[in-house]
Amino acid sequence: MNSRLVLTNVVRWFILLLFQILILRNLSFYNMATPFVYILFLLLLPFGIPNLLLYLIAFATGLTLDAFYDTLGVHTAACVTLVFVRILFISVTVSRDGFDEPEPTLGNMGIKWFLLYAFLCTFAHHIVLFFLETFRLTEFSYTLLKCLLSGVFTLFLVTLIEFIFYNRKVR
Amino acid sequence: MRNLWIFISRYNAFFFFIIFFTIGVVLTVRNNSYQRSVTINSTNKIVGDVYNNLNVFKKYMNLGSVNDSLAVENAKLKTEILALKNIDTAKDVVVKDSIGVPQYTYLSARVIKNSITNRNNFITINRGKADGIETNMPVISPGKGVVGFVQDVSDHLATVRSLLHKDTHISVSLKRNNAVGSLVWGDRNSDYRKAYIKEIPNHFKIKLRDTVVTSGFSFFPSGIPVGTVSNTGISTGDNFMTVEINLFNDFSTLQYVYVIKNKLAKEQTELEAKLPNE
Repeated sequence: MNSRLVLTNVVRWFILLLFQILILRNLSFYNMATPFVYILFLLLLPFGIPNLLLYLIAFATGLTLDAFYDTLGVHTAACVTLVFVRILFISVTVSRDGFDEPEPTLGNMGIKWFLLYAFLCTFAHHIVLFFLETFRLTEFSYTLLKCLLSGVFTLFLVTLIEFIFYNRKVR
Repeated sequence: MRNLWIFISRYNAFFFFIIFFTIGVVLTVRNNSYQRSVTINSTNKIVGDVYNNLNVFKKYMNLGSVNDSLAVENAKLKTEILALKNIDTAKDVVVKDSIGVPQYTYLSARVIKNSITNRNNFITINRGKADGIETNMPVISPGKGVVGFVQDVSDHLATVRSLLHKDTHISVSLKRNNAVGSLVWGDRNSDYRKAYIKEIPNHFKIKLRDTVVTSGFSFFPSGIPVGTVSNTGISTGDNFMTVEINLFNDFSTLQYVYVIKNKLAKEQTELEAKLPNE
């Protein structure tokens, strides 16, 4: 992993977390759909990172978000779940021995792969997030609805941001 | 032993997931209980500073409406003072309260962080231990309505568990017939302008636009206006009814709040703790 890649990710971490905490925290549609765009940082981490480091990064990111949201542990557990789904999905779809591309971005991997990847990771994250936050099953269907609407909103914003910074790799 | 090691290292992703996920859930559960020791939240110095600086901008944008509401409140208080001055004291028998009046004192605080979009919402205010804030003190809004209870206190900041939280229950009553119920938020509703009163006995007749005030049974002083009844037709299937109300307090534009110091709070909790479990 070279230093340029590390720098990109550190900058991305700061920008996405500040965006989430200062702007998106106050944004929601009818209090039903709330976007959590900061997960884009975890989605775009480079392929070469060892699993333990990946989990530690997710843990730290979740804990930072929790401090600002006053929900200790909720975002942490959700981020860790996201990383688990990410590892599974990548190990199934991308060949292990030679990662041609450094990062799983939309430009590198193609729209079909990226959409499925983002879809699975987003919903794993949101299901854990909303159910841990509610922490009771009496509101099951309502929480599920909120979770679905928020997931669609997040997915939309994530794809939008990826398209804005879209750069097809020159082959 | 070696095989076990190979097995674990091959599926390390799964085992790491179990470990970290467990830590996350344990943190959540510990955070849900009332007695909390970890302070990774907005009473923290760094987090609090970020919100404090951000709030400087927000404060100016709402300055006009905040001024208006304070002016209205001032006018109301002035009228009350005038009314009190006109009482003929010569006729009254003065009773000295041996504990020392008043039972409740108000402390104003500025909101530096607020949220309304989550299932469990917290507010952070710029007063802390140094100003005499303690946990579980009730918080109200200057205009009308209840806000919540103090949850965590640091030296100069405190978090408030707002009414928009699943663990907040406030005892309220209807002004017209004193029917007592429990004010909660959530339960298939995420509109911050609406809340529910649960556990009102079925025999009470409740009309639309009845005023709801605090009952004085929880730590709030009695008679603080909370909202008006907006829907009485919610079926529960048991001996109690649930009523939907419109809150007076607009949580989305909260700027200043009052924290209420109750002189007898400690005494009351100690006394009630002696009761056998209900």
